[in-house]
Formats: sequence, structure tokens, C-alpha cells
Amino acid sequence: MARGQGAALDRKKLMADPVMVTTIVLLITFLTLFILYPLAILLVDSFYGEQGVTLDIFKRIFNMPTFTTAITNTLKVGFLVGILSTLIGLLFAYVEVYVRMNRFVGGLFKVVSMLPVVSPPFVLSLSMIMLFGKAGIITRFILGIYDNSVYGYWGIVIVQTLTFFPVCYMMLKGLLKNIDPSLEEAARDMGASRMKVFTSVTFPLLLPGLGNAFLVTFIESIADFANPMIIGGSYDTLATTIYLQITGAYDKAGAAAMAVVLLCITLLMFAVQKYYLEAKTAATLTGKASRGRMLIEDRSVKIPLTILCSLAACFVIMMYLCVPIGSFFPTWGYKFFPLTGKWFGLIFTRYHGLQAFTDSFMLSLIAAPITALLSMIISYLVVKRKFRSKGFIEAVSMLAMAVPGTVLGVGYIRGFASGVFHTGFLQGIYGTGLILIIVFVVRSLPTGTRSGISALQQIDKSIEESAYDMGADSLKVFMTVTLPLIKDSFLSGLVTAFVRSITAISAIILLVTPQFLLITVQINEFAEKGSYSLACAFATILIIITYGAVLLMNLFIKHFGTSRKLKEDN
Amino acid sequence: MEKTKKGVRLEHISKIYQDPKTGKDFYAVHDTSLTIEPGSFVTLLGPSGCGKTTTLRMIAGFESPDEGEIYLGDEPINELTPNKRDTAMVFQSYALLPHYNVFDNVAYGLKLRKVHKDEIKERVMKILDLVELSGMEGRMTNQLSGGQQQRVALARALVIEPSVLLFDEPLSNLDAKLRVSMRTEIRRIQQEVGITAIYVTHDQSEAMALSDNIIIMNKGVVAQMGTPQEIYYHPNSEFVADFIGEANFLKGTLTGQSGSMAAFSIEGNSLEVESQGKLEQGKEYTLVLRPESAHLAEEGGLPCKVTLSCFMGSYQNYQVMVGNTLVKLTESNPKNKHIYKVGESCTLKFEPDAVHIL
Repeated sequence: MARGQGAALDRKKLMADPVMVTTIVLLITFLTLFILYPLAILLVDSFYGEQGVTLDIFKRIFNMPTFTTAITNTLKVGFLVGILSTLIGLLFAYVEVYVRMNRFVGGLFKVVSMLPVVSPPFVLSLSMIMLFGKAGIITRFILGIYDNSVYGYWGIVIVQTLTFFPVCYMMLKGLLKNIDPSLEEAARDMGASRMKVFTSVTFPLLLPGLGNAFLVTFIESIADFANPMIIGGSYDTLATTIYLQITGAYDKAGAAAMAVVLLCITLLMFAVQKYYLEAKTAATLTGKASRGRMLIEDRSVKIPLTILCSLAACFVIMMYLCVPIGSFFPTWGYKFFPLTGKWFGLIFTRYHGLQAFTDSFMLSLIAAPITALLSMIISYLVVKRKFRSKGFIEAVSMLAMAVPGTVLGVGYIRGFASGVFHTGFLQGIYGTGLILIIVFVVRSLPTGTRSGISALQQIDKSIEESAYDMGADSLKVFMTVTLPLIKDSFLSGLVTAFVRSITAISAIILLVTPQFLLITVQINEFAEKGSYSLACAFATILIIITYGAVLLMNLFIKHFGTSRKLKEDN
Repeated sequence: MEKTKKGVRLEHISKIYQDPKTGKDFYAVHDTSLTIEPGSFVTLLGPSGCGKTTTLRMIAGFESPDEGEIYLGDEPINELTPNKRDTAMVFQSYALLPHYNVFDNVAYGLKLRKVHKDEIKERVMKILDLVELSGMEGRMTNQLSGGQQQRVALARALVIEPSVLLFDEPLSNLDAKLRVSMRTEIRRIQQEVGITAIYVTHDQSEAMALSDNIIIMNKGVVAQMGTPQEIYYHPNSEFVADFIGEANFLKGTLTGQSGSMAAFSIEGNSLEVESQGKLEQGKEYTLVLRPESAHLAEEGGLPCKVTLSCFMGSYQNYQVMVGNTLVKLTESNPKNKHIYKVGESCTLKFEPDAVHIL
């Protein structure tokens, strides 16, 4: 059997479509140049010294106590944060799916799931310091403890857990909803107690999903830069060590080798999660719930669980509220009244607040539509079309998910500071706004692509085929059929990309040049210096922007959304 | 439509797929050659997985054949993309564009062809009239019933005046009654327009009602091609006989042949039937007997025993054993006929020309 002719014809048909071919070529170039190449150059640079291939650089960094400690630190934090986030996420998901809640508690849950989306990365660290630090409102003024230290291991663990558990909560909620209630009803019917049903039916079904949630959080935790930076104190993780290696020790080769180590850890976790656990989760939870679940009304279960979750939710919300409120205190940690707007005045008059605002805003505003469009195009190609390099495009855009921002940042420094492969080619983009925009795009691409793919999979393939059959070419099909049908997803992708870009820090902080003032970099700088009031004021502005963007999006989808209307009828 | 009608020709077409479980390649369609006359209505009929939809999608251009060449009229079209082929397809799921109303759905193909606005309006209205949807042009497609959506899909395909109309199981999402009325409708419209139509279905009654010619496919190859009558009365294999209508298979050994009559020994009984062509003495043949061409009697024919007798309204449903062979038969209009009960012994009778010898 020879499939040559069919493949050749498919290729010919593809070539007859210049828009498609150009798009594919451009995409491959973009992905190779800005995702694969920076990672490749890290490998090359850390193995290739003056005398050819060498392990010297690795020997050197593994002899640095700071580096080896950082590895253990990172793993210790990631492990505990992964477990805690998964457990708290499971509790929230279980209560939401299984227990009858009143509307107030339901509202709290919704807010908790929304918060990490709209908040900048430092917020929880700042409020942690504000509430529990040496001059913390709770520690000093309520409990009278004067020497409490939040900096270090526990600080990072608590802050990261609070940051990441909502992600686990959302993931596990989706899985729990997919468990067919009749499985559990059958167990109950045969005499199992509610606890027994959970341990013998629900939990085993959920186990791969829990593993999945754990690894996702683990990856997020070890890639996190902002929180360890602010609340880590002298407790350094890999991400911060790499940053310091570049900005403090000016050791770019060493940083590159460290970045390779960090990348290897996340890639390994990512591979396990993607190819082993995700498949397993799908295998155990294929069934769609055939009908509604009987919610738990039993007061002895309902009341303690609801109270526990509500308290936790309120605590998280309070943590987030702390920052905006804190930015109005006259002197942080000493004097709380009368509230004042002087910090906002200061950042705009003395600390270039307006420039920081416009720079962050404009760069993100340019990056967002590019990201959204790019991820929709990738999703369209991956879901709806078949061609040879499709696997490559999908794999590389997903790979970006496993690459910590710090690693990417180091890769860009090594890869573009002296041009591509140190030849001077494209050197011009280094230090410009363009490279920042590219980093924004690359950092948000995986999330956008993932949601685009799941949106497109909902759409019957034959709808696009029918347009194609009627005489439309690929561009026409994409513009008149695909895009209008996933308008909502496109819009939310646009806002997510914007929010992610404007709150980004890890890669950006390594690449930003003095001509650009970015809000997140400012927050980091002021928090480092201990000027928490200014940091809070900047963070508040950022929260207002991101929250405004999300609000705008919801309003827009409500009034102009297509998918919602269509879903109602089907 | 003033356009010259075009036929479709497939020459030694094969399509190879990979089995997702075993990773082995197999022929979804194997060395298939077909000629579809201009203006005729042809059905590709077969069980699921027989390659009928793959064949249709290769004609539309969504799949590329691994061997062979497809012609539209006299033009080879292998290298043309679906949007460049002069074919239009009606999809199983209708595949209407959900963000457009009825008018815009039908007008879509014309807009792509840069037809003038006034002409678009005129042609869309005319075609909507043909499919009896006048007055519905402002509706969104999700406000339409399944049958109406089907008509929009048909109108959208017809309005661009393609050379060939392709149908991919278009009625399988409709309920039974609507299916019957829609197929009459499709046949009426095809006759009115005089277009070449290729229709994929697994429903044999649909194929019978619609087609000038039926192509029965099995395991990627054409099992038989012919008019509905040819296929029903002269199936060339047990598969075809069984797939089209109900069939009983009686094994018989030829004991003698004179003129157009042949004598068989079936389950130890001797029986004379009409035969075509030369048969081989002493060889075992399979005789195809349709359930409606036989009846039960007190004497004559093959002795049998009733194992099932069931009243179905317009007919009585029987199953009888002739020796070790199970035979199903239906006796229509049972009201004033003698009803045989389970366990009764009687005889199975049919006309000499009622069987087809394989």
C-alpha cells in the first residue's frame, strides 16, 4: 500500500492556498525563532566554552552553595505548595459540586476563582507582609507580636498556596462535575456511608486528576519569580537565583546553565503531566454526568464544610483587599488614619507613574490582539486542518507553557543581545519595546491556544467544510466562519493576554531597559526597597486596570456575544 | 438551469487509512471505478465503514485519493481544492452557519462568487421558493425545525448551480415520518432542476425511493451497481441480497436442468425453479427468496413447521423451519386468510420465478 499520491495531492491542495502556506511558514518561523531558539541557545551556551564542548560551566555552578541550596529550596517549596493547593482546591471543588450552598457562599466561591486571574503577581506577598510582617496589622497591632518574620520558606509557601489553589479548584471542579452521580448512588445504595463513597468511589476516580493538579501547581510554583523575590528574604529559589546571577554577579553563562537546570525540572514535570496524567484523567472520567446530582443537605456535613470554605474564602479576599486599602494609609505600619491619597500623588509627581502606566498599558495593548489572533490561528490550524508540520506547531506552542519566564528571559538575553547565534542578526530588537511585546506574546500564547483549541473542538467540523465547499478559501473561512463563531473565546483570549502581559514580570524584568518603565517592575523595585506604600499604590493602579479590562469584556460578551445565544438553543 | 450537466467518473480510486488502534494501514476504498451519468440520481449504499462517505468526500475534495483519478465531466479534478470544485455538498449535520440568517446562509456561496446584489436576492428568493421556505429568509437557523434546516442546506447547495450535488446522509438526523416526506421532496427538486446527484446513505428504503441507480459498497469495494429493481431481484451476492430488503437463503443441489427450468434438491425435497444461464450439475447453489414472495399452504411446495407467527397489522409475520433452514415470510392483508399457529406443520409455496439463483 502506498499513500504517496494522497499525501502529494494534499500537499498540492495546500500549496494552491497561498494564504495558508504563508501563515504556516510565518508561524513556524516565529515559534522557532522566539521559543525554540532561545532555549536552544541556552543549551549551546552552557555546554560550549572556549575550548569546545565542556561541562565546566555546570561543574562551576554545582559547586556554588547558593545554587545547590536554591535547587533544594525550590523543590521543597514546590512540593508543599503543590500538595496544599491541591487539597484546598479539592475541598472547594467538593463543596461547590456536592453541597447545597446559599447564594452568598456561592458568590464568595466565584470571587475566589476570579481573583488570581485579575491580580498582579505580588499582591499576596505585599498583603502578607502588611498583615503578618514585623509591622503587620494583625501581628503587631492585634496580637502584639513584634518580631514575627514572614520572610522565608513559610512566607513563600503560604503566599503561593493562596495564589495557586484557585487554579486547582477550577480544574478539580470540572472533573468532579464529570463523575456520573449514578456511580456514587450505586455505592450508597449498596450501603456505603458518605465517607466510604468518597474514599472508595470519588477519590480513586479523581486520583489522576489530583496528580495533574499537583503537577500543574508544582510547575507554577517553581517557575514563580515575583513572590519569592518579595517575600523570600534570604531564602532564594532557582528563579530568583538566576535573576541575581545576571543582575548581581553579571555571570550570564552561569545563569544560562542554571536556567537549563530549571528548564529540565519543569519540562520533566510537564511531560509527566501532559502525556501520562492527562491521558489517565480522560480515561477514568469520560462519562458525562447523565443527570443532576443530589446535593448534600445533611446539616452535619453541610454546615462545617460551608463555614470552613467561607472562612478560607473571606481570608483570601481580605488578603487581596489589603493592598488597595493599604495604599491609602499615611505611614505604613505606624499610622493608619486619616486615609490619604498622597502615595498616588507621589507616584504620579515624583516616580513617573504616568509613564509607567502608559508604557505598561501600550505595550500590553499591542501584544494582546497579536496574541489573541495568533492563538486562534494556531488553534484553527491544529483542530481543523491537516498538514505535515501541524504537530510541530502544536507541540512548540504547548512547550512554551512549561518554560518558566526567567528561563525565557535568560534565553532572550543570550540569544538576542549579540544577535541570533551571536552573528548580529536581529540584534536591533534587543532592548527595544518590540522584544518586550514578543515576550508578552510568547508568554500568553499557550493559555490562549489551549482555550482556543477547546472552543474550536465544540464546533462541528462540517460547518467550516461547508463554507469551503461553497467556494471560500482558507482566509475567507477563517474570517467569515471560524472567527465569528468563537468570538467570545477570542475576546476573552484578548483580555487574558492583556491582563497576563500587563501583570508579567519574570521574563520582562531581565529584558527591560531604562527607557521603559513598567508597573510590575516598579512594584518590585519599591517592594525590594521597603517602600511598601508606593508598591501598594502601583499595585492598586494595576488591579484597577486589569479589573476594568475584565469587566469590559464581560459587558461586551453579554451584549455582543454569539456563542451564548447559540448555546441556549442547542 | 442552462448549464450543461456533467457526470462523474472514478477510475481505480483507492484511499488508505491508518487504523488508530493497531497502527496498520487498510483500504477504506479499494480500486473503485464508477461512472455516474449526467443528470442521474445515484445512491452509494452500504453499512457503516464501507467507504461510501470516504468516496463522497473524495469527490468533494476533502480527502485525496491515494490511487486513481476522479473526473468531473471530462476534467480530472484530483488536484483541485474543494472550493475550486464545481460540486456542492449537503451535510449530515446540515452545517448551516449559525451566525447567519436563512437568507445569508443561502447567499453565502453567491457572495463568494461576487454575484451582483440584486441578482443574489433574485436567485436566493427563487431557490427558497423551490424548497418551500419563502418568508423564512429573515430567521436565524436555530429557530428552524430539523426539516427546515435541511431545506436551507439544500437551497444553499442548489443556489450556486453546481454540476454535481453531493448528499452525505442528509436525512439521518430527522424523525422517521419527516424522513419519508423529505426524500420525496429531494427527488422532486432533483428532477425539477435536472442536476446530477450523488447520495450517501445506509438506509436502503431511502436508496430505493430516490435513485436511478444504486451502488452497493462493502468493505471499500463496489459490491453491485444497478437500478433498484435489478439489485432487488437479481442481487449478485448474499451480501447484497441481505442488505437490500430481507432475504432467505436456501441451499440446494442442482439435480437437473431443462430449458429455463432447473430442479434442485433442498433439504431432501425436490423443487423446480426458473433459472437463467448454464448451471453445473451436482453443485450446491444458494437460492434467494424474498419473504413477500412466499406463502404458507396445506400442501405442495416444501414441507415446513411454523416457529413464529406474529400479527403486524398490515401483514402476518411468520418464521418456519424447512428442515434445518430458517425461512422468514410475510403474508400481506391477513384479515381473511387462514392463520397458521406456532408448531403447526404446513408447506412453503412460491412461484417458480420467485427465486434468484446465486
